[in-house]
Amino acid sequence: MPPAMPSVPNRILLAAAVALLPGATVLPASAVADPLKIGFVSTLSGPSAPLGVHMRDGFQLAVKELGGKLGGQPVEVIVVDDELKPDVAVTKVRALLDRDKVDLVAGVVFSNVMMAIQKPVLESETFLISGNAGPSPLAGKGCSPFFFSASYQNDQNHEVMGKYAQDKGYKRVVLMTPNYQAGKDSMAGFKRHFKGEVVEEIFTQLGQLDFSAELAKIAAANPDALFTFMPGGMGVNLTKQFAQAGLAGKVPFLSAFTVDETTLPATQDAAVGLLSGAEWAPSIDTPENKAFVAAYEKEYGVVPSLYAAQGYDAAKLIDGALRQAGGKVSDKQAFRKALAAAPFKSVRGTFAFNTNGFPIQDFYVVKAVKRPDGKFATAVETKVFEKAKDAYAGDCKLK
Amino acid sequence: MTTALFVSQLLNGLQLGVILFLVAAGLTLVFGVMDFINLAHGVQYMLGAYLVAVLTAWTGSFAAGLLLGLVGALVLGFVLEVLVFRHLTRRDHLEQVLGTFGVILIVTELVRILFGSAPLAFPTPAVFAGSVTLLPGLNYPVWRLVILVVGLAVAVLLWYLVNRTRLGMLVRAGSTHPETVSALGVDIDRLFLVVFAFGAMLAGLAGAMAGPLVSVEPTMGDRILIVAFVVVVIGGIGSIKGAFVSALVVGLVDTLGRAFAPDLLKVLVGKSAAAAAGPALSSMLIYLLMAVVLSVRPSGLFGGRSA
Repeated sequence: MPPAMPSVPNRILLAAAVALLPGATVLPASAVADPLKIGFVSTLSGPSAPLGVHMRDGFQLAVKELGGKLGGQPVEVIVVDDELKPDVAVTKVRALLDRDKVDLVAGVVFSNVMMAIQKPVLESETFLISGNAGPSPLAGKGCSPFFFSASYQNDQNHEVMGKYAQDKGYKRVVLMTPNYQAGKDSMAGFKRHFKGEVVEEIFTQLGQLDFSAELAKIAAANPDALFTFMPGGMGVNLTKQFAQAGLAGKVPFLSAFTVDETTLPATQDAAVGLLSGAEWAPSIDTPENKAFVAAYEKEYGVVPSLYAAQGYDAAKLIDGALRQAGGKVSDKQAFRKALAAAPFKSVRGTFAFNTNGFPIQDFYVVKAVKRPDGKFATAVETKVFEKAKDAYAGDCKLK
Repeated sequence: MTTALFVSQLLNGLQLGVILFLVAAGLTLVFGVMDFINLAHGVQYMLGAYLVAVLTAWTGSFAAGLLLGLVGALVLGFVLEVLVFRHLTRRDHLEQVLGTFGVILIVTELVRILFGSAPLAFPTPAVFAGSVTLLPGLNYPVWRLVILVVGLAVAVLLWYLVNRTRLGMLVRAGSTHPETVSALGVDIDRLFLVVFAFGAMLAGLAGAMAGPLVSVEPTMGDRILIVAFVVVVIGGIGSIKGAFVSALVVGLVDTLGRAFAPDLLKVLVGKSAAAAAGPALSSMLIYLLMAVVLSVRPSGLFGGRSA
């Protein structure tokens, strides 16, 4: 057998090895020689995948609308699945940096993944555009000139609900979150503006299926409101069981990252009327937003969530900055200046960057509604913060 | 604490136990009778929920959806047995674990390709929506009562099938003396096929019962499987009676733990220590229970044969 021809088992092994190469789907395959390369990190498997799918789809929609180009430059978006595992994410991001030589990294749904990958990305002086995660270290002491957030700082959506509860004059509130860091941060964020009595802080298991014991406790405590943070499937479980327990309509349900368009298709009527803190909703009345929501629904058949809107804005931000910087990322000073000016029309309306690379934007209480066409979505109930800055920007030394 | 709250927490515990029993019954049947470790049992639970959700939406009737869904779960059980599990029953446990783990990955991915990773809608059937007042101050969700009734009915049915029918006798005999039974002219492979498909249907029923309570998504079976194994191990592998008792105990311990352990700790060790330890402890309770049971009775509560 000629040496160049591997034996059959070897060929199978080779094929398997090729198939197993760190998962990478290459999008708009552009024939142009040197497209701008963007590594897009998202959570695309496991129970939290719907969030990552929305964020990715929002980003891709913008790239598609711009004809496969950003800032007039052909782009190649390399999507990788972080599997919600920080170690996996780091390996894949290193491959993006070293092997694929990406010009930018964008995306990232979860803060633990963000904290793991920010180091290699920012140390290599590669720009990192967050499509969702906004952990406090990156907003404060650990801020970086190469980091920009197209989303929010993590505390803010919880603060919105605390402020709302305070404004509403609620006196007694029960807080319930999963027993992990983000859950504790959520409670702290809520309490920043809420001055009433916290009757009880309930910590549940991460990934909890059955909330009957907690709901019975809440019913017995009969608070003025419940504040909860139950991302993903936990939120679906809780929403369904909250409605079944007959608490919907009796105890106001204030939440963050619990009731949104990634969970509404599953919870449907059980979620109608529940409140959530957010910086965006499909109902925001700007021409950009109307066009985005219509295009997203047409393309993917579902109502976009805030994750989708942030993904879309992230692509538009990169597009605007590239235009201003002459289509190049290589002049880092110039590109940073372009990004910091936020030269794009956000679907949120007002959008500017603070010195730490996090947005200055409005925050709303949004309410789950059934639209006339039978689909479920969130809609702005009231504006809580105007042009809000996050609580950590003061600790950031950047100018 | 009021009586109403305590009674409602007891009911919550029993109802969680009954759901766990529905999942664990099929698992222990297959585990005990065929000496077969089926990690894919959680996938069959997930498939049951998906089938009933989709068929209910399609037919517009929960009753029809449930019936067709259970038939579907039974058929899928047959198919999986013939395609995969049949070839694993005579092998050692590690190979069974690997084989059935592969089934988890493949089936989960297929469901994701077909339905997407977003959770599916599975509303509570309209007749069973809302809650009823059982005691003054105690409103209880109707659907949870339905689960209690269905679970108890299945327990009685299984007891009858295993202890009072010819098929049950063969199953009991086949689990301890497979060679003798097949020497007497019983087709043991076909017997296993029936048991396995029936177990798959039970898992599907559990998924359908849990559907209105939990998020119906491709990975929904993974978490419940772990708890179901805890139930099976505490009850004694292969024992339906054990699975029933142990499921109720696990359901009660878990629920009452979540309900009262943090408050109890507050009294015992003070508020700040309780705030840190309470949630951790209540989520560990069922595993502690398993450790205690195994140290006293290494083969579980009803282990060492008896169905």
